Amino acid sequence: MSLLEVKNLQVRVEEREILHGLSLTVNKGEVHAIMGPNGSGKSTLSHVIAGKPGYEVTNGEILFRGEDLLAMAPDERAAKGVFLAFQYPVEIPGVATMTFLRTALNAQRKARGESEYSTPDFLKKVREVAKSLNIPQEMLRRGVNVGFSGGEKKRNEILQMALFQPSLCILDEMDSGLDIDALRVAADGVNALRSPERAMVVITHYQRLLNYIVPDFVHVMSKGRVVKSGGKELALELEASGYAQFEDAA
Amino acid sequence: MNVVVAKTETARALSDCFAVARDRLPGAGKVADLRRQAFEAYERAGLPHRRIEDWKYTDLRALMREVLPLAPAPDAAALKRATAALKLHKIRSVRRLVLVDGVFAPDLSEMGGLEKGLSIRPLRDVLEAGDSGLQAQLFAPDNSNPMIALNSAMATDGLVIEIADGIVLTQPLHIVHIASGGLPAATYTRSLLRLGKDTGATLVESFFAADGAKAYQTHDALIVSIGNKARLDHVRLVEDGHEAFNISSAVVTLGAHAHLNTFAMTTGASVSRYQPTILVAGEGSKVETNGVNLLNGRQHADTTLFMDHAVPHGASREIFRAVVDDRAHSVFQGRIIVRPRAQKTDAKMMTRALLLSDDAEADNKPELEIFADDVTCGHGATTGALDDSLLFYLRARGLSEKEAQALLIQAFVGEAIESIANDDLRELAISAAQRWLEARA
Repeated sequence: MSLLEVKNLQVRVEEREILHGLSLTVNKGEVHAIMGPNGSGKSTLSHVIAGKPGYEVTNGEILFRGEDLLAMAPDERAAKGVFLAFQYPVEIPGVATMTFLRTALNAQRKARGESEYSTPDFLKKVREVAKSLNIPQEMLRRGVNVGFSGGEKKRNEILQMALFQPSLCILDEMDSGLDIDALRVAADGVNALRSPERAMVVITHYQRLLNYIVPDFVHVMSKGRVVKSGGKELALELEASGYAQFEDAA
Repeated sequence: MNVVVAKTETARALSDCFAVARDRLPGAGKVADLRRQAFEAYERAGLPHRRIEDWKYTDLRALMREVLPLAPAPDAAALKRATAALKLHKIRSVRRLVLVDGVFAPDLSEMGGLEKGLSIRPLRDVLEAGDSGLQAQLFAPDNSNPMIALNSAMATDGLVIEIADGIVLTQPLHIVHIASGGLPAATYTRSLLRLGKDTGATLVESFFAADGAKAYQTHDALIVSIGNKARLDHVRLVEDGHEAFNISSAVVTLGAHAHLNTFAMTTGASVSRYQPTILVAGEGSKVETNGVNLLNGRQHADTTLFMDHAVPHGASREIFRAVVDDRAHSVFQGRIIVRPRAQKTDAKMMTRALLLSDDAEADNKPELEIFADDVTCGHGATTGALDDSLLFYLRARGLSEKEAQALLIQAFVGEAIESIANDDLRELAISAAQRWLEARA
């Protein structure tokens, strides 16, 4: 059974169809890159998988380990192991990062029928991961993402990924707003989480990110469909020739 | 044409109630005269209604449909129920002063081993045999506010606490108002806290009911004078039963270089109004007044604050937060007046409301009246819903809808709660807020 199967997905937002029958299969251990021009529906796909309200699925289905993902609330999906690293992580003033991390981790564990982490174990774990991502302790005491730079916000997403240990990670435009050094730190964090038990879907506009997170498969999206799939060399091809050829194909 | 305003049923019932009770109320002579004058003042105004600006959102003629008889002194069964309720609301390391059904309960209170310079007496004793100075201070608030006037007329008991000059109390005082849950009844209490020069004290007030209490009415007034260079930390928690009615006033006067840090939270009562009046009468004094309403069902809670800067170099901060669910209604009216002499006043007020349902209502009315020209003053008010993008982020991380809301609500009220200077009092407010959130989940 595949980890994720998206079958003929059609999605509307306020009467406008964004995805016109998209299909995608991801197995555990694989890293897929989804590339495409602005407005091709990449972020919509990530939002629908994570369960963001405001999207109407008019046709098709999404199976996660064979289960109907669309029937689940966003928090159920998270507990099952779906993680979306946001393109624009929100700022939550008044909620300390540590409190947020602990509440989220324990909510997921509780939903899976696992025991809650004890405070010392939790703190030890967070400090360990934060250190590897170069996240200072002081940041963890602040409100979630409050006053964080773009790079810090992305590292905070990866910190959560490392803490929650999801089986499917969707990285939505992880490179947006990052300079080359910040990108490298973030990519190292992601690569450290690659595992035969975990799949990743890396959504990006640029090939650059894929120099750091090397995918097994590359899919090109245009106008709400996957128009071409291939190996990592497809990304290089795109870099050379651009998206224009696919816009016609779609 | 002469227009005669007919007395409403409720007003008539209150007059009857006073007529029946007046001979049983403590205090003769001068005190009885003051009560009679107060009741006449109340009768002239009648129950406040929506055509009076101050009561626009809290129309007692509509909300207070019946007048309950004055509560009888608690019997053994009532005290037993109160004792059980007290266990659930116990606060550690405080000096507990308990009023059951509006009557001081010495057996439930801790009156032994008073710190040096601390005097505590039941109001009844002071009205019956106190010195005239104290009695005058107890009746000092004028009768212009009809609900204060009514309280002056009817007050049966309460606590009179005096702290002598130079004394800083280490143990917080906790005045507990318990409705024992007998027959539906009304209680009228009044307490006085007098802090001398260079003193310090912490006061907690709690309002709650014993198990099974239904409708009851609590009318309370707290009169506070804070001497020069004295400091009071004050927390007030209204966790009354959901059919209760609570009308409370606080009349606070600060001397010079005094400091008041006060916080009020309302999670209980069906209809409540808290009307603190704070007079900065001495120069260089500082006031932080903060409050939180956490409401659901059909609760109505009104905080009407009057901050009066009469002298120069005063500073005041008000932070108020309301979280309103279901069909509940929160009212915040905050009026700051800066009198002509009060130059260099620094006064700021911010009120925010969070509506959790389409039928919830929040009315925020900040008002500034400035008669001095060299001041720093400001106010703001906002009302909104929980941010959907924040809710989705939290849910995508595994929090259920209620958990995500709870976290954001805690953050929302956090700013008001964080302003409580005393660590123990802050913990108390946080746990009261958590009780509300847990009951909601």
